[in-house]
Amino acid sequence: MADRKRIDEATGTSTVGHEWDGIEELDTPMPRWWLWTFYASIVWAAGYVVLYPAWPMLNSATQGVLGWSSRGDLEREMQAHAERRAPITNAIAATALTDLPAKPELMQAAVQGGAAAFRVHCVQCHGAGGAGVKKLYPSLTDDDWLWGGDLASIEYTIAHGIRNPDHKATRVSQMPAFGRDGILDAGQIADVVSHVRVISGQEKPSAAAARGAVLFQANCAVCHGATGAGDRTVGAPKLTDAVWLYGGDRDSLTATIAQPRNGVMPRWAHRLDPVTVKMLATYVYSLGGGEKAAPPVASNEGQGADGQP
Amino acid sequence: MSEAKRGARAAPSGDKHMDGLVIKAGGWLALALLALVMAALAVDAPFAVHMGIVAVAALTVLWTTVSQADYGAMARGVLKMPASDGTYDDDPIRWGVIATLFWGIAGMAAGLFIALQLAFPVLNFNLEYTTFGRIRPLHTSAVIFAFGGNALIATSYYVVQRTCRARLAFPKLARFVFWGYQLFIVLAATGYLMGVTAAKEYAEPEWYVDLWLTIVWVAYLAVFVGTIVKRREPHIYVANWFYLSFIITIAMLHIVNNLSMPASIFGSKSYAAFAGVQDALTQWWYGHNAVGFFLTAGFLAMMYYFVPKQAERPVYSYRLSIIHFWSLIFLYIWAGPHHLHYTALPDWAQTLGMVFSIMLWMPSWGGMINGLMTLNGAWDKIRTDPIIRMMVMALAFYGMSTFEGPMMSIKWVNSMSHYTDWTIGHVHSGALGWNGMITFACVYYLVPRLWGRQRLYSLRMVNWHFWLATVGIVFYAASMWVAGIMQGLMWREYGADGYLVYSFAESVAAMHPMYLIRAAGGAMYLAGFLIMIVNVWATLAGRVRDEKPMTETPYNAAADRPLALVRAA
Repeated sequence: MADRKRIDEATGTSTVGHEWDGIEELDTPMPRWWLWTFYASIVWAAGYVVLYPAWPMLNSATQGVLGWSSRGDLEREMQAHAERRAPITNAIAATALTDLPAKPELMQAAVQGGAAAFRVHCVQCHGAGGAGVKKLYPSLTDDDWLWGGDLASIEYTIAHGIRNPDHKATRVSQMPAFGRDGILDAGQIADVVSHVRVISGQEKPSAAAARGAVLFQANCAVCHGATGAGDRTVGAPKLTDAVWLYGGDRDSLTATIAQPRNGVMPRWAHRLDPVTVKMLATYVYSLGGGEKAAPPVASNEGQGADGQP
Repeated sequence: MSEAKRGARAAPSGDKHMDGLVIKAGGWLALALLALVMAALAVDAPFAVHMGIVAVAALTVLWTTVSQADYGAMARGVLKMPASDGTYDDDPIRWGVIATLFWGIAGMAAGLFIALQLAFPVLNFNLEYTTFGRIRPLHTSAVIFAFGGNALIATSYYVVQRTCRARLAFPKLARFVFWGYQLFIVLAATGYLMGVTAAKEYAEPEWYVDLWLTIVWVAYLAVFVGTIVKRREPHIYVANWFYLSFIITIAMLHIVNNLSMPASIFGSKSYAAFAGVQDALTQWWYGHNAVGFFLTAGFLAMMYYFVPKQAERPVYSYRLSIIHFWSLIFLYIWAGPHHLHYTALPDWAQTLGMVFSIMLWMPSWGGMINGLMTLNGAWDKIRTDPIIRMMVMALAFYGMSTFEGPMMSIKWVNSMSHYTDWTIGHVHSGALGWNGMITFACVYYLVPRLWGRQRLYSLRMVNWHFWLATVGIVFYAASMWVAGIMQGLMWREYGADGYLVYSFAESVAAMHPMYLIRAAGGAMYLAGFLIMIVNVWATLAGRVRDEKPMTETPYNAAADRPLALVRAA
């Protein structure tokens, strides 16, 4: 009802003549700028769907007259990127790893590239900057190396990982679970802990430590060495310094001896290209603890009793 | 059954519905027993809890069916609801207003909490129930479906009756829709906390909750369409076109996206009917149109009724409303693939998603123009009427986010903005600015009218709410723009040597100050909302604050020729 048009005073526009619950409508024409912008967006869309892949057909879609595809786009960008980096990557690939430090510019580029790859693949465990995570993942910024800190050893560790299942060349060793498997009883473990704390300078010699020293020679020295200096061929950590991956207090040491963690690191040789692995090695080497000397023993692999870092 | 019989005996003497009452009570009892059997046979604990909730709900309905007490009247007493004046059926609307405010507090508080979790992860409390992953869907569902959904249902009941000059069709079904929807919300929310999820964004409820919502929604459609059919007006008002498109499209989206096969009919787990990229495309066809038809079309319906009423002005352009309505609903439904740019989705689908999004820009702005220009001849009210001020700000944010959306759908922009906090900022400038503000304005309009009060307790408090919310949104949106662009640039930053400059963790660390600013903005928005709660509560109590006056819209019911007067004439 009330289909009565009237002129609205404030705007001078006619109403349409409808009314609902007191609401009327004006018969204002659509704003021209609105309408033309709408038309323009439709024209633009019509053009775009001709230029780019748009219409699904029976087997595939129209390709668009520009021949653009997102895969092709990615390929082009990756290609351009690879070309830009080619001179450097080729030079690094052609240079033996141990010769890199002698070429400062190339070494610098390798360290930069390694840092970028490290931020993508390694920071999750080793932390930004390689500082590690206390009681979980080792710091790479000190000179306390489990498996060796020279370039070749680092590269090997990165390429083959640590304790990778189903990979022959991986670095492997296993510290026995002295407590869980009943090799030592609780009292004996406590004695060994005392001894380890004495040789690491955290406790004064005691009767318990003396008893522990005997047990140490029988059970631990084969990997950690008679003096507890460790053995990098089996990844057995040095026990005489202040650096502890899983903690050097009594509780942590007791837990480690009772049931070692035997930490795992992925291998990267099958995921990253050799140049990237090489660059990662130079980056880790450059973090502060890199060692110049080649490892005294040729073999990097070893099966030992104690893999506990 | 004995209870049911007693209830039947207690029915008013001479009630010819006595047999019907027995059958009804028996039905509810059977439903409760069925739920208890399902709970006993449940293969997982959350399903048992949910069936327990259903049983309690069914027993509650049974009790109210058979007992003599008039719970409706008691509740009306507690909430000081006026008795019906015989024109329109307003009880479910009053309930809806209360529910909107109640779920609003829950949803916004959850949002503030997860914003703080992002700044301070320790707030996850290392407890599965309070992790970000579970509270986040609680927040999104609570604000969109509980707060927004209740506002839509309540206002649609209000608007459709008045613009059709007809009482609600199927009044009992209308009440079932309200309570059934609340049950859906409770099942969805408790499910999220217990880890029950279909893993589809904004469609997380599992199969049995989806089925329940389908029943409720079809009932809603019946009530709405039924009311339109019995209208006493020659034409259907534009607000009702929008409400109808919202109800129909949400039904279609909900059903298709939630097609799934339960692992067990006694368990909460189901598997989606689609897999891989088909599933992703279906999900974002749903997800984008949940924005398009729930948060845009539905709320435009609210705008089309309440803005002209509050401004006391005719709608700006009838022609614009026709063209922008049809172009909006035709174009919106195709735009979903822009959520999947640079993914496994075929290029052609990405292209179409993008061009439809661009063409959607002007149809979206049609609503803003029609809303804002309706103020022609009443612009002075922006200075003096805090409710108009809220409506104008809502429309401004609507216009801004419907420009931002098409812009972000352009692949070139999307390659930087996607997966960043810019998206979160975009969503919230729409949600807080448009949906929130227009809902607040409508509730402020509705409360004095629904409760028969002279005016709101305080218009000055509405003004406080307005400024707190506006400044809060600015903090929120601005910090998320900065955060998003910073993330987008950091993720793709290459050094001169050709390598990525930042690790992902570094971009996370850089977000911390932005997350603090965002949480501060959210806290202000929530504070404004709490002021609203106080204001509404005092209005319900019938109090009027002694304050310097501001413009209020005079309410002359007779001028609108409501139903009773039409009947009398």
